[in-house]
Amino acid sequence: MPPALAVHALEKRYGSVHALKGVDLAVEEGELVGLLGPNGAGKSTLVKIAVGLVRATRGGAEVAGARAGSRAARAELGYLAELFRFPGWYTADEVLSLHQRLTHSEGGAAERGRLLELVALDDVRDRRVDGMSKGMQQRLGIAQALVGSPRVLVLDEPTSALDPAGRRIVRVLLEEQRDRGVSVLLNSHLLSEIELVCDRVAILRAGEVVAAGSPAELSQPRGVELETDEGTRTIEGATRQDAPRLVAEAVAAGRQVYGVRVLTSTLEDTYLEAVGDEVS
Amino acid sequence: MSVVLTIMGYGFREAVRRKVFAVVVLLTAIFLFLFWLATHYVFSRLSSITPPAGFGDTRTFAGAFLLGLAMFATLFLGVVLAVFLTLGVVSGDAERGLLQPLVVRPVGRATLLLSRFLGAALVCVAYVLAVYGTAVTIIDLTGHWTPASKVAPGLDLAGGVLIVIALSILGSVLLSSTANGIAVFMLFGAGLVAGLLGTIGHALSSPGITHASTIAAWALPFEGLYQDGLRLISSNATGLTGVLLQLGPFGGAYVHGSGIRFFAVGYLCAALALAVFLFQRRDL
Repeated sequence: MPPALAVHALEKRYGSVHALKGVDLAVEEGELVGLLGPNGAGKSTLVKIAVGLVRATRGGAEVAGARAGSRAARAELGYLAELFRFPGWYTADEVLSLHQRLTHSEGGAAERGRLLELVALDDVRDRRVDGMSKGMQQRLGIAQALVGSPRVLVLDEPTSALDPAGRRIVRVLLEEQRDRGVSVLLNSHLLSEIELVCDRVAILRAGEVVAAGSPAELSQPRGVELETDEGTRTIEGATRQDAPRLVAEAVAAGRQVYGVRVLTSTLEDTYLEAVGDEVS
Repeated sequence: MSVVLTIMGYGFREAVRRKVFAVVVLLTAIFLFLFWLATHYVFSRLSSITPPAGFGDTRTFAGAFLLGLAMFATLFLGVVLAVFLTLGVVSGDAERGLLQPLVVRPVGRATLLLSRFLGAALVCVAYVLAVYGTAVTIIDLTGHWTPASKVAPGLDLAGGVLIVIALSILGSVLLSSTANGIAVFMLFGAGLVAGLLGTIGHALSSPGITHASTIAAWALPFEGLYQDGLRLISSNATGLTGVLLQLGPFGGAYVHGSGIRFFAVGYLCAALALAVFLFQRRDL
């Protein structure tokens, strides 16, 4: 079975700018993959090639085995663009209805109601887009991406305009989608969000994948911190397995041990290490 | 088919909300009122005018000249409607982020673009035929004059507007909304100049200028169709009346025959095919 979404040796040039330099990435069935990187790293270009908005210079992208951009690929996709707008004179319900017709969804009013409820917009279903806050429009965008129950969701900065409550709604929604077997490619600047929900993370820098793996794999051991009556000291290079021995040694040496903490790098540390001093 | 209707409805609703129709309907109402007023005064004073010897039929001259003016106004208003319905179909909507959510749907870029063309075409053809028909009716009721050909000139005008829609959609793939609007109106202006050039060429009996005008009319077939339509309304006029009418208001009335119609259909298809081809290759 082909991956839900795959890109192979993907290259994209915009004139003299080499936006992508041979990127390989796969999102398996029911997997939630996060894309990280500073501005200009090529994340949005990769996402746009995957959904067929941009043509690759070399290499290829496939959605459920179909060439990205083909009708078959688009039929499997739900997409939220980074910069998007719905016609201001449409109501939330009408936006979803329009996309139902375009995707040949037969979900009808029940699907629209369920999606609006998922993004906490069920009480404003008849409000025009013009009258919605930026956050509400973004949540409507996410609901739009879910029309027709797509097999693959591609979300480009889905929480950029959301407050903490809105982010939590999206986080829960993403986890629900994953539980239902939907594959998700999530492009976000928010490391904490990626760390919380993603099964795997790919970090892009200057058009190349510079680090990839699960958040746990990307977290490196940084030592063990021991708090005793002499103060707090860090034993660098020590791991979780060393912790009981270190405590026993301190006790044997007559120290009072108040606490012990295994230190690992966060995704943020890994990210900063991977992208160097590039400003995101 | 339902997808085509959905996208046509989307474009139609957008035009309604942007008050494109409101502006065009208002301008049309003002034009038709002024046209009725002019027709009324011209025909009520026609009996008191003594034309020069050998002039021929003053009623035909007055009717054909007024209807020629009405045809130009109809074409102009039709072009305004066409341009404002389509100038931002690709670049404009992409810049505003309206296009991307639609393009990623399993509709196909060609279907999306051709549906927008069909939507605009339906509205503009109906509009042009309605305004032209109203002008013919006003002249008939007020001046008791009817053109030599009633239907074909209206169809020529409608065909001209269809070509402008195709050019505007092609332009929208390549240019921003503002640049596209300017470009299409400049093309329309170029067609008008070509027509006037033809008038000058005929008046001066200059084959070179006339030939240049003819080439321009074929290169911009909306002008060729307009000229053909103008000639059709007064094709039965002879003598000095016929010669004067051929000079026409806003460009000459010349027979390009069915050749221009076949050419216009090919031109329309080529412009749309090019628009689809470029849209399919365009990064959004």
